[in-house]
Amino acid sequence: MKKNRRRGASWRRLKHYPATLVGFFIVGFFLLMAFIGPLVAPYGYSDQNLSERLQPPSREHIIGTDQFGRDVFSRVLVGSRDIYLTAGSGALLAVLIGLAIGLIAGYFGGLVDEILMRLIDVLLAIPPLLLAMIVLFSLGSSRLNVVIVVGFLYIPMVSRVVRSVVLDLKTRQFVEAAKLRGETSLYIMFREILPSVLPPLAVEASMRFSYAIFLVASLGFLGLGVQPPSPDWGLMVGEARNFFSQAMWALFGPAGAVVILVVSVGFMSDGLRRMLLPGGVSE
Amino acid sequence: MSIRTTKKVQGASPGLEVRDLTITYNTEDGPLDTVRNLSFKIAPGEIYGLVGESGSGKTTIARAVVNYLASNGTIKSGRILLDGVDLCTKTKKEMRSIWGSDITMVHQDPNKSVNPSMSIGNQIAEMVRVHSGISKAEARKKAVDMLSWVRMPDPSRVARRYPHQLSGGQLQRVLIAIALVTNPRLLIMDEPTTALDVTTEAVILDLIRDLLMEYQTAVLYITHNLGVVARLCHRVGVIYAGALMEQGPVSRVFKKMLHPYTLGLLGSVPRVELDKRDIVLNTIPGYIPQPDSLPAGCIFAPRCRGAEDACRASRPPLVDTKEGADHITACRRWQVVKNTPEKFANPQEKREMREPTTEDIVLDSVNVKKYFPISRVRLGDLIRGKRPVVKAVDDISLRIRQGFTMGIVGESGCGKTTFARCIAGLEKASAGKIIVGDENLPYVVSKRSADQLKKIQMVFQNPDASLNPQHTVGASVARPLTRLKNLSKKVLQERLEELFQSVNLPKEYMNRLPHEISGGEKQRVAIARALATDPKLLICDEPISSLDVSVQASLMNTLMELQNRRGTSCLFISHDLAAVKHLSSWIAVIYLGRLWEIGSASDILKPPHHPYTEALFSALPIPDPDAKQSRVRLREAVPSAVTIPPGCRFHPRCPRKVGEICENEEPPWQDYGHWHKICCHIPLEELVEIQNADEGDLQ
Repeated sequence: MKKNRRRGASWRRLKHYPATLVGFFIVGFFLLMAFIGPLVAPYGYSDQNLSERLQPPSREHIIGTDQFGRDVFSRVLVGSRDIYLTAGSGALLAVLIGLAIGLIAGYFGGLVDEILMRLIDVLLAIPPLLLAMIVLFSLGSSRLNVVIVVGFLYIPMVSRVVRSVVLDLKTRQFVEAAKLRGETSLYIMFREILPSVLPPLAVEASMRFSYAIFLVASLGFLGLGVQPPSPDWGLMVGEARNFFSQAMWALFGPAGAVVILVVSVGFMSDGLRRMLLPGGVSE
Repeated sequence: MSIRTTKKVQGASPGLEVRDLTITYNTEDGPLDTVRNLSFKIAPGEIYGLVGESGSGKTTIARAVVNYLASNGTIKSGRILLDGVDLCTKTKKEMRSIWGSDITMVHQDPNKSVNPSMSIGNQIAEMVRVHSGISKAEARKKAVDMLSWVRMPDPSRVARRYPHQLSGGQLQRVLIAIALVTNPRLLIMDEPTTALDVTTEAVILDLIRDLLMEYQTAVLYITHNLGVVARLCHRVGVIYAGALMEQGPVSRVFKKMLHPYTLGLLGSVPRVELDKRDIVLNTIPGYIPQPDSLPAGCIFAPRCRGAEDACRASRPPLVDTKEGADHITACRRWQVVKNTPEKFANPQEKREMREPTTEDIVLDSVNVKKYFPISRVRLGDLIRGKRPVVKAVDDISLRIRQGFTMGIVGESGCGKTTFARCIAGLEKASAGKIIVGDENLPYVVSKRSADQLKKIQMVFQNPDASLNPQHTVGASVARPLTRLKNLSKKVLQERLEELFQSVNLPKEYMNRLPHEISGGEKQRVAIARALATDPKLLICDEPISSLDVSVQASLMNTLMELQNRRGTSCLFISHDLAAVKHLSSWIAVIYLGRLWEIGSASDILKPPHHPYTEALFSALPIPDPDAKQSRVRLREAVPSAVTIPPGCRFHPRCPRKVGEICENEEPPWQDYGHWHKICCHIPLEELVEIQNADEGDLQ
């Protein structure tokens, strides 16, 4: 039949979208580095060499050295572990809680929906960076707290996407057929509705991930994230800022890494959308 | 009408001529020839019907003719001549002066073809001004003239209205007015009545036919509905998978078809005027081939019951049969089709009907009502302390006996689906009793016991939404068995196979996902799922409406077969009177939430009819150009169920209204015997007389 070649074709179709391929490749590269970074990096991320402070890019140091003579390239490679771990867990937390809220609000509707969605509106009304700063100032900055803040901040977007998909799905006739055989609400939510929520959720999750990378880097830059000497990209940019006139590469290295990764994740999520939602689900 | 100016016909060959047209789409899987070597001619003043199933390339042809293909589509070869001028060679810029003045189009969905932020009058006036350059005031006057010319009631008021204030039928009239205001040489109509109710469709078709008689416009009318072609067109081309199969005058093609595909299509349509329930509809086995996997020989050969080796070896050319005016066919064996059509038809023609043996009543709905509160509340209503409601179902009582099928017909918005959903418990009835067997069922499905749930199951309208896209179809059918019947693994598998077999699906299908099977097969799975619990009552809510005619036919055969063999009682809902008539032994006619006529299928179609039934019946497009139908037409649009007219609810639209009594008093139920009941003020003997007289006029 005409439709069953759709899934198979979606991978092949990717070759028409080079940006997506590049996105997948770069995201994959940094992910690999998150695992094997310390093994392949030319120097240890905290190896100081004060005689080689603020060196320009050279054969030994591809993007130069920072104020302690540490190799920026090695620090960027090793730092991808931090960014993946923090931003990834934050996004995952947001996806899990957002999914639960979206499912419940969308499926039950009525008063439940009204209360949950108004709470979400309150959360959306607070400027995210401000909220993050207040929370981290009062709780103290640790990786766990950053993860919680990031997760908390992105719950509204995820739950809204999930809710809109559930609202559409629950009026479909396969859900009515399930009601006609007396299925419980839990069964309908998890067995009938959830599987169809997953593809748009995966797209949404990848978008949240790219936003989370940005937020984690911002928090690091402001000194609210992971503490030195860890090779956090945001933190590195923050530190290098003071030596910008002498060694701009120490700033451009990690800043460039953030930009490249955020853009790549964006390309990837575009590709995911194309593969998983070929009909196009509007948000 | 004097508002038109006749355009001079230029060129040697007036009208539209399409020569050897091949259209290619560039897809990711390479180029696909979706239309191949198509040729046809339309003379000025002629209505040419292009008919085919979905996926046959009808709309692509229309778009190619106006030189407006999608960006990946190209005309690979061939010529499109309008009054002798080749349109293929024109640039988009040159086409712009042709679109709207020489070629106009009416599309399927009227709501998408109008600008929602412009008044109707201005939209017509704009069209006039762009193409003739007359003053604003004149154009506006002409717009009102056009509206009255397409028989719009109260044209000057309608001109000031906006699209959302008009009904679908009225909008389609506006679009016809816009399409004809420039007096085009070619008018293309792409399924212009498909989105409308039958009653409105009939009015629009009458309008199109009457208006075009005055014009020298060539009309390309695209549709999947054979009945519409029979009623409207002069000539017809039957298209299949992008190629012409048969072409000729309507009177010949519908009577003496010379291609097995035409034969199959016409045999697929249930005929309302024939009083035979035991007939097995002719079907076309298999599916329409995709343009990238066309068979080497005749493209119809794999589905043809009379195909021979020669048919499969090479593709047959179109031949002029010399059987009267311009009747051509792409069948090598057309003489055989002509002389012994039964060789190409379904082997089984009749089915032995089993009569139900018990008198048990399966469903007894007593005074069922469903009122929806209106979300928009007016202050005045609040002060007076009433909440306005939509009376979607207003007091419906009917009984279904064991083994019988009750068909429910009515226009869209008359409450048939809401009634069915109340019975199923998907909608909470506001009042009344729903008695199944001897049990009074709770209103909502969640309050019903497993035993009660088993008794009512439903088949839904939209095949794409009725199966969970993430579950295999086997799992979808198995779930009700494990949930409501607690079957063991081994018995389950046997039962599944039996169910799949009963709906004519191979058991290998169980592992497929819904997107891997066709629409008709999805509906078969949905039927299997509904039958899994051995329901006493099966509710079918428009189960075939969204499918192609040949698929409809095979599904109807399956439904009939199942119902006949298993003795399941069925509530069959459809707007298609012919389908209801074919499948049901009893018919109930519903309008504005109430029943107006109920009786056995054969009684309903003989006078006396309720005037509403009569209108439904005479609106039905019958695929036979010689069919005798009285011309009873309704004024458009079912009124809103919020402000129900007093007296007889049907009186504002009733073609047989007798007088004040209809406006003030609710009509009584009259019994014509054999449980044939009609709710009308007119005495039944009188109805018989006038309705027989009307039919007599036609003969």
